[in-house]
Amino acid sequence: MIHLDHISKKFGKFKALNNINLTFEKGECLALIGPNGCGKTTLIKSILGMVIPSEGNIQFDGKDIKNDWSYREKIGYMPQIGRYPENMTIGQVLNMMKDIRKVPENKLDLEVAELFEIDGLLDKKMSTLSGGTRQKVSACLAFMFDPKVLILDEPTAGLDPVSVELLKEKILREKAKNKLIIITSHVLSELDDLVTQVVYMFEGRVAFHKSLQQLKMDTGEGKLSKAIAHIMMNQQKQMHYQE
Amino acid sequence: MNKMIKYILADILKNKIVIAYTLVLLVLSFSIFTFEDNATKGVLSLLNLLLFIVPLVSVIFSTIYLYNSSEFIELLVSQPLKRKSIWMSMFFGLASALCLAFLIGVGIPVLLFAAFTPGFILVGCGLILSIIFVSIALWAGVRIRDKAKGIGLAIMLWLYFALLFDALVLFMLFQFADYPIEKGMVAVSMLNPIDISRILVLLQVDISAMMGYTGAIFRNFFGTGMGMGITALVLLLWTLIPVWFSVRYFKTKDL
Repeated sequence: MIHLDHISKKFGKFKALNNINLTFEKGECLALIGPNGCGKTTLIKSILGMVIPSEGNIQFDGKDIKNDWSYREKIGYMPQIGRYPENMTIGQVLNMMKDIRKVPENKLDLEVAELFEIDGLLDKKMSTLSGGTRQKVSACLAFMFDPKVLILDEPTAGLDPVSVELLKEKILREKAKNKLIIITSHVLSELDDLVTQVVYMFEGRVAFHKSLQQLKMDTGEGKLSKAIAHIMMNQQKQMHYQE
Repeated sequence: MNKMIKYILADILKNKIVIAYTLVLLVLSFSIFTFEDNATKGVLSLLNLLLFIVPLVSVIFSTIYLYNSSEFIELLVSQPLKRKSIWMSMFFGLASALCLAFLIGVGIPVLLFAAFTPGFILVGCGLILSIIFVSIALWAGVRIRDKAKGIGLAIMLWLYFALLFDALVLFMLFQFADYPIEKGMVAVSMLNPIDISRILVLLQVDISAMMGYTGAIFRNFFGTGMGMGITALVLLLWTLIPVWFSVRYFKTKDL
């Protein structure tokens, strides 16, 4: 469904992405993991066309996304830090997005809005919102248009435990609808019951792309967090030997 | 694209600075026309003020607005929208808001007090200048990521067009006073839209007779249909070229 072919991205001299090849299929729920600054957000932004790769191409449903914009109809994106026009209210932002996406009212998925009780906050200005409420608005927008692909960048950061559970349940329901879901998170324990695939990135490269089962078998650990810790330890040892 | 223009325009028109700009223009125009008993003199006084204010407000307001809507632009880019139409909506939104402010602030007084050719040329030039400086602001705003630097560049550009360019031209005039440079002056004036506007209005009033031989050359050039056609084309290029460059850059910009 999404195919990345030899993607590299340079910011000046810094190589944020280095020759990345990945293929994601529908029905997968994918965790994108790696230390800070390893290129996760850059990778996500390249898929969304917000960052233009220096080399390589990205295909969505077999079509090159370069100079194409219509494929974004099929993506719901929840950014790491939701940035919205500060002088608009939540209601205005939601209405504007509905207007731009041109999806009829009866096809909207307003479940997240109901779960997070957004209706009571419609008159609040974006500039007055807390980080958590902002995150809820982002989630609401990502799920609202019932997209085939969900890209969630640190979806649970800033949310209270109740909302985290509600969001996780929603993600599971969407996963059951045979959608492609890409999640980045640092809270690995949350990902355990969600993901089927794991992509581990390190310094702009894909260190591995495995199914969760395979990963657990390879490392002999029962939990994702333990398995990743295992790998990171080994990595450090290797680097130590090289030095 | 129409929807985006609608949202942007509604947002700008709510902005207090645009409302203040309209009111300042209104007060200025009304006071000048009531103080001057002669409408032509009124147009000339207003011209000198507008040639400073309109470019300044257009370029600086647009740059600041652009930086303040960076979140909005980022949000739109992740949606199924063409980058080109996002950027062009910004351009049309800003240009039409500032033109509307100018039409109300200057157009109405001119209609009431100076409804003759120089007055209308003045309004036309003000509108074109508004659009040109929005276009220049878009170019400055897209190239520079840092807000303070971007606004600095916008101010520098305004300073160049409003003051420095004239100083340079004057300097050249004195240096080459012994040579026949009058025709060259017409070409040089095309490099600055503010100068073009000034000449266009001045030539409509009898004052051009006082500008000597250069004035006569200008009259010969701008008085003809051909000259006016070229001038209109140059002004059109001044609006299109910066915005075209900015669209080209925005299409591949990383957000």
